[in-house]
Amino acid sequence: MIKPGQPPQCFSRPSVLSSLSLSNPPPSQKKDKKKMSSPILSGAKILQTLPINSNAGGSASDPPKPLSDPLLLLKSKSSLFRSSPKLRRFSSYSPCRSFSSSSSSSSAVFAVSSDVVKEEKKKPKLSTSVSDLLITKEEALELYEDMVLGRAFEDMCAQMYYRGKMFGFVHLYNGQEAVSTGFIKLLKKEDCVVSTYRDHVHALSKGVPARAVISELFGKTTGCCRGQGGSMHMFSSDHNLLGGFAFIGEGIPVATGAAFTSKYRREVLKKADYNSVTLAFFGDGTCNNGQFFECLNMAALWKLPIVFVVENNLWAIGMSHLRATSDPEIWKKGPAFGMPGVHVDGMDVLKVREVAREAISRARRGDGPTLVECETYRFRGHSLADPDELRDPAEKARYAARDPITALKKYILDKKLGTEAELKAIEKRIDEVVEDAVEFADESPLPPRSQLLENVFADPKGFGIGPDGKYRCEDPKFTEGTAHV
Amino acid sequence: MAATIQGIGATAYSVNSDRFQLPSLRSFSESKGRFFALRSEGKVIGGSRGRNVSPLVTNAVAAKGESATASTSAKPGFNVLFLLRHEVLLFEALREGLDEEMMRDPSVCVMGEDVGHYGGSYKVTKGLAEKYGDLRVLDTPIAENSFTGMGIGAAMTGLRPVIEGMNMGFLLLAFNQISNNCGMLHYTSGGQFKIPVVIRGPGGVGRQLGAEHSQRLESYFQSIPGIQMVACSTPYNAKGLMKAAIRCENPVILFEHVLLYNLKERIPDEEYVLSLEEAEMVRPGEHVTILTYSRMRYHVMQAAKTLVNKGYDPEVIDIRSLKPFDLYTIGNSVKKTHRVLIVEECMRTGGIGASLTAAITENFHDYLDAPIVCLSSQDVPTPYAGTLEEWTVVQPAQIVTAVEQLCK
Repeated sequence: MIKPGQPPQCFSRPSVLSSLSLSNPPPSQKKDKKKMSSPILSGAKILQTLPINSNAGGSASDPPKPLSDPLLLLKSKSSLFRSSPKLRRFSSYSPCRSFSSSSSSSSAVFAVSSDVVKEEKKKPKLSTSVSDLLITKEEALELYEDMVLGRAFEDMCAQMYYRGKMFGFVHLYNGQEAVSTGFIKLLKKEDCVVSTYRDHVHALSKGVPARAVISELFGKTTGCCRGQGGSMHMFSSDHNLLGGFAFIGEGIPVATGAAFTSKYRREVLKKADYNSVTLAFFGDGTCNNGQFFECLNMAALWKLPIVFVVENNLWAIGMSHLRATSDPEIWKKGPAFGMPGVHVDGMDVLKVREVAREAISRARRGDGPTLVECETYRFRGHSLADPDELRDPAEKARYAARDPITALKKYILDKKLGTEAELKAIEKRIDEVVEDAVEFADESPLPPRSQLLENVFADPKGFGIGPDGKYRCEDPKFTEGTAHV
Repeated sequence: MAATIQGIGATAYSVNSDRFQLPSLRSFSESKGRFFALRSEGKVIGGSRGRNVSPLVTNAVAAKGESATASTSAKPGFNVLFLLRHEVLLFEALREGLDEEMMRDPSVCVMGEDVGHYGGSYKVTKGLAEKYGDLRVLDTPIAENSFTGMGIGAAMTGLRPVIEGMNMGFLLLAFNQISNNCGMLHYTSGGQFKIPVVIRGPGGVGRQLGAEHSQRLESYFQSIPGIQMVACSTPYNAKGLMKAAIRCENPVILFEHVLLYNLKERIPDEEYVLSLEEAEMVRPGEHVTILTYSRMRYHVMQAAKTLVNKGYDPEVIDIRSLKPFDLYTIGNSVKKTHRVLIVEECMRTGGIGASLTAAITENFHDYLDAPIVCLSSQDVPTPYAGTLEEWTVVQPAQIVTAVEQLCK
């Protein structure tokens, strides 16, 4: 259960790294949720910062610097922290200090027990006042609307799928809305989002119109990708949504590349005010994939403005995260590569938003990447074709009780940020939006044959020269889609 | 005799000349007037339109210090315009092309293993990191899949990366990104994102490098829709293709060959860009069309020397564009000679030759007097032992025998 008054996660200067023996307890202890000592200690994480090795614009004056400072490993005793049985979430809080950007980590900050205890004692008061300031009415309603849109849209998708309006693999996002809304609503237009196959709601949060998304799902030519992508390939260059990838882990390097462009624009092309951030969303299963680790390394190495957001919904189709992963605490893998790793309750949009705010501004400042693990849950199966028989109904019920939309609604009403009527109006409006989108998609035309060969190449000369000496794309039958290529 | 043949070749070749994107030059015949006006102050080389007739290369690999001119490349009839030329080795030509494009367009960047401080394992990027900085010539960790994907992401957001695989074989690790993202994203995004990357690196069978370092990846990549593949073989076309690939909006895979990096040639001082989709006429002829690319071009030319002495007249075409095939140049040749021999370094099964055979049979079946013969490497992992390695790859003697059989 969530401990009330748990402070928002924040980032700190380097602090004590728990010794290896303590951070990797024997497996039997790890699964025991009551065992406390090591996870709390993990509040101490070292941030291995690296000297900036990018010579902007060709200055060759700096000799190549060693790319890593020696890790400062410090052993600390486990008994320092008071452990509470309820805190099974292995939260990584460390004394919240304002995060100042610095490039050298010569002095490690020790997290001392007494400070932490004091911090803990302060927490209840701090949190109530902090959470009151966390959000304004406009923001609250905006978040609510976005989450309701995500939920209503996905429910409509399920309906449409079972009615035979869309086919193939459709992966729905029900239950995880807090992560998408919490992160993406903080972004600017030029910030990039890279997602996975569970990308409908990321697209909606980023601003892609519901009409475009549902048309894409129906395979109509008015879809955001002209019907050529489908459920798993949502792209929008206007909204800087870089996809939509069917294979897990594929998008992470692409996100790293987008972050690289941001850094390149700022440092090589000298566009000083260009500081776009990229968010890479992916799941728990992806965190065992090589591309994940390779990109963590590169992003930390070059301090790319990227945030790696793990949507840990505990299940990769039918594979439980605990059965697939040697150390299930994904956030811990960040410090191994030299970036902060944060764990946050992904069913609470406000907590996600606080963490996201810090991570995004960290990236924007040029301090490098962050790994954020959001503990969340999908209420439906992996895809609409998944019978979802393996998951324990009790587990599902537990998480259903933590529905992010219900939680936010309760929060809004409790804090008097809105009235019941206003929220109902929002829900009604969203229903209309979704209905209108479906109508639009229904009436949209299917792609004509002439669209078949378009967009294979950005420059269609790539189809080559035909026997008659002309470029193939100059063949009039080419646009009809009947040309022989 | 030779000069006449060359002359005919030049004329026949000038038909394609309008595709050459040479500054201020269009087809040779059009620009003739201008040509002389431009160069009137310079020395006119004998007024002839012929190509430089240089001796056939006997070694495919010019050892360091050898001054033999590397190629009998078919420069267009107007190469004589390039009075000012300088001698380069092939890797230097690649570097020149890269350097020129990086100067021209600040969004062109390089990424790969050891491309920066080390200068590239084959020295193609030597000096570029000092000139352009560590971010523009990026030394990556050893993570092909991820840095290729990173290049693709960078391309989608506005840069033009040149991704180097230290050896083409390493790009097998990047196959996921190359097939799924490089080839597909322009299509699955409905045309919203383009991916102007160049993926380049040395491949092919070297000198006893062992099986894994001697792979020919063109056959694996050729089915991926959405990419173009070119193979360079001379310093002249290396530089031209490098520049063309960087300027192209499509993802291009540029295949270099480990043994060709030290070929020497005089290339024009003037800037030039070649066409990615066109084949190169190396030696016009009448009796048989020999289609080849990359290193096998030199084996073919060596065999051609023998064949000429035996009275044959082979037409040698360096197809250069492995995907798509230049069916115009190839077709014209088939229509002329009616016999086709394909010589490649790819493996027999599913190689470039196999695709080319299918394409020619489909399009020019009526013009063939004999079945197409395809000489490829053996379907074996390249052995380490020198003798075995030699027998894996097509040798000039086999080419001579094949032509003799074909022309019976």
